[in-house]
Amino acid sequence: MSAARPDRADEPALEAGLERSRGGFMARLHRLLGRDTLDEATWEEIEEALIAGDVGAALAARVVAAARRRRDGLPPEAAVRAELRALLAPREADWEPSSAVAGQPLPVLVVGVNGTGKTTSIAKLTARLEGRGRRVLLAAADTFRAAATEQLRAWAERLDVPVVAHHPGADPAAVVYDALDAASARGLDVVIVDTAGRLHTKVNLMDELAKMRRVIDRRLPGARPEVLLVLDATTGQNGLHQARAFHRAVELTGVVLAKLDSTAKGGIVFAVEDELKVPVRFVGVGERLGDLVPFDPDAFIEALFAPGEAAR
Amino acid sequence: MFDALSTRLRETLARLTGRGRVAEADVEAAMREVRLALLEADVNYRVAKEFVARVRERAVGAEVLGSLTAGQQVVKIVHEELTALLSAGDRTLHLSGSPAVVALLGLQGSGKTTSAAKLARHLVHQGRRPMLVAADPYRPAAVEQLVTLGRQLDVPVHRAPPGTGVLETARGGIHVAREQGRDVVILDTAGRHTVDPVLMEEIATLVAATRPAETLLVLDAMTGQEAVNVAEAFRAAVPLTGLLLTKIDGDARGGAALSISAVTGLPVKLMGTGEKTDALELFHPDRLAGRILGMGDVLTLVERAQEAYDEKQAAKVAEKLRRSTFGLDDFLDQLQQVKKMGPLGQLLEMLPGMGGLAKEAQASVDRGELKRIEAIISSMTREERGDPGILNASRRRRIAAGSGTTLTDVNRLVKQFGEMQKLMRRFGGSGGRGAVPFGRQGGARR
Repeated sequence: MSAARPDRADEPALEAGLERSRGGFMARLHRLLGRDTLDEATWEEIEEALIAGDVGAALAARVVAAARRRRDGLPPEAAVRAELRALLAPREADWEPSSAVAGQPLPVLVVGVNGTGKTTSIAKLTARLEGRGRRVLLAAADTFRAAATEQLRAWAERLDVPVVAHHPGADPAAVVYDALDAASARGLDVVIVDTAGRLHTKVNLMDELAKMRRVIDRRLPGARPEVLLVLDATTGQNGLHQARAFHRAVELTGVVLAKLDSTAKGGIVFAVEDELKVPVRFVGVGERLGDLVPFDPDAFIEALFAPGEAAR
Repeated sequence: MFDALSTRLRETLARLTGRGRVAEADVEAAMREVRLALLEADVNYRVAKEFVARVRERAVGAEVLGSLTAGQQVVKIVHEELTALLSAGDRTLHLSGSPAVVALLGLQGSGKTTSAAKLARHLVHQGRRPMLVAADPYRPAAVEQLVTLGRQLDVPVHRAPPGTGVLETARGGIHVAREQGRDVVILDTAGRHTVDPVLMEEIATLVAATRPAETLLVLDAMTGQEAVNVAEAFRAAVPLTGLLLTKIDGDARGGAALSISAVTGLPVKLMGTGEKTDALELFHPDRLAGRILGMGDVLTLVERAQEAYDEKQAAKVAEKLRRSTFGLDDFLDQLQQVKKMGPLGQLLEMLPGMGGLAKEAQASVDRGELKRIEAIISSMTREERGDPGILNASRRRRIAAGSGTTLTDVNRLVKQFGEMQKLMRRFGGSGGRGAVPFGRQGGARR
């Protein structure tokens, strides 16, 4: 299979990715929200819809209270949208990962708990970067899970990019070191590091991750690595605990919200962005290599309220 | 956040002091906290609402029994109702058929392949002869992952050449298993999206053709509000027999499992509690109920202690404590006993209110502090271990050098041990019960 080379034209829109399922989690309230004033019961329903979308009980209550308090004459739906939008961290438009030091590769460390979709997201990100003329090297730093390296190699072959890998059980920090060396020597643009999935409560594994980060900082001083947390969009309130723990260990610069296409709600990103000010950078909206799109806060909120294409 | 929540719940409940009957206003306040606790645990919002309504009804006007305060009475009712919900259905693993087929289904990343290996190991320990079948041709290297795990466990893995259909692979596996006298076939299927009709059709065909004795939905304990929809979508395609809850070793409270049980009546049969292949446990409803409420899991702890703890040795230690001859040797023994019971952090997490301490303790174990303690004690003479009082500066320096630690480490250990000894004497003096950490105690089990 040849590498997917997505260009902007055939990039799926975020809304399309969501609509393919059944519309945003606020869609069922569209009718109710359209009114000018709402009664107590309707506000309660809005709060419930937010909870059902994994926004979290406390945050949902906060959003509704703030929307009700607004005195700017916005109708209820617009008020709720505005409050949700305000939870998302500020970010530059048209952001693309790039190296802080000319002539040096940009390290991208990809972290997350088990099974969130790190390796698949890396494949998609690689396809995206290669499609934009950036030359990528993959580092197989998941030396723990059986056949994790084989999985990354399979992707690398499809994408026609080089991989640096050691034997199973090797020190992942050593893989990172070698990968950075290889990329520097070959003059490549980006090194994406695939790490083993780890539960954020395992201190020794989080320490191991911090060590990888230190190796990057020492080998490429001033490089300002991207540290991306891959969150499964079906994750509930535990997602915030995950984000906090990874942020503490390796200082996240962004979130990849994976698997938003299937069944997911993704409401946990409001809590994550609000508390940690770490922006969602990309969203996974399908199984094809091209199905990774930049996160656009306005489009995301638009999509939450968009009705689904089919009544299911 | 957990801890804050369960503390708040406890505080609210503590305010409800015994007055013979539980008053309505008290119950209202408690129910608000219970609802929040459930939602924080990712219990489906509708399930949480109905649950709270039911408990409220039962709790208002309930007699405050015997020594219970009103708060405890409400907790008891909440815990009972949660346990009842989680006890739905038949939780035994049925393995009829020759070979018996167990199909594992689930969303991508829920933990099917790891669970398949764990289940195989579990069955081997029960005297079964399982075979694993790699029926996931889609995810790159999924087959290799299962083959590697099978090799580690010494369990055969059936794989078909690339391009073979899923159904053909499964049938082939069952055929080979029969020929080789394997009595259980575990089908590791591809992860799928519930909205993908093609893959759901494929799984339906597979289940219809292989007629599994168990068709288990593998569910990530961290799943949010979507859990019910996921279960419903799979159930619409195939007749599920139960759930296998994974990744419960993190700090997720697993409310998703409660939602599914409540809505579909499907029982949780097994749960994955760690990364290694031995980390699979049978499901205990009352324990998950306690976890969802953040109330700890005392029962699991007691049971594990009983499994790991040698009673004769416990009696010996108790005797030593009484006579104040408990030395560093005994201390080392105790540490090793506790270690046998499983990861220390996991153990402490089962105790109510120990969440924070659990993290600390696990951190120190993970960082190898237990090993350091072992090294220090091993570098002492028998005389020193029996009577740490004789440890002067030169002895301490020798021990630090011998164990590859620092003088500070040695000093800290000796000091901590001294404090522990004082504490233990106090316990030991007051009749002995509770003197031995985790010793068998009557009445600890309900």
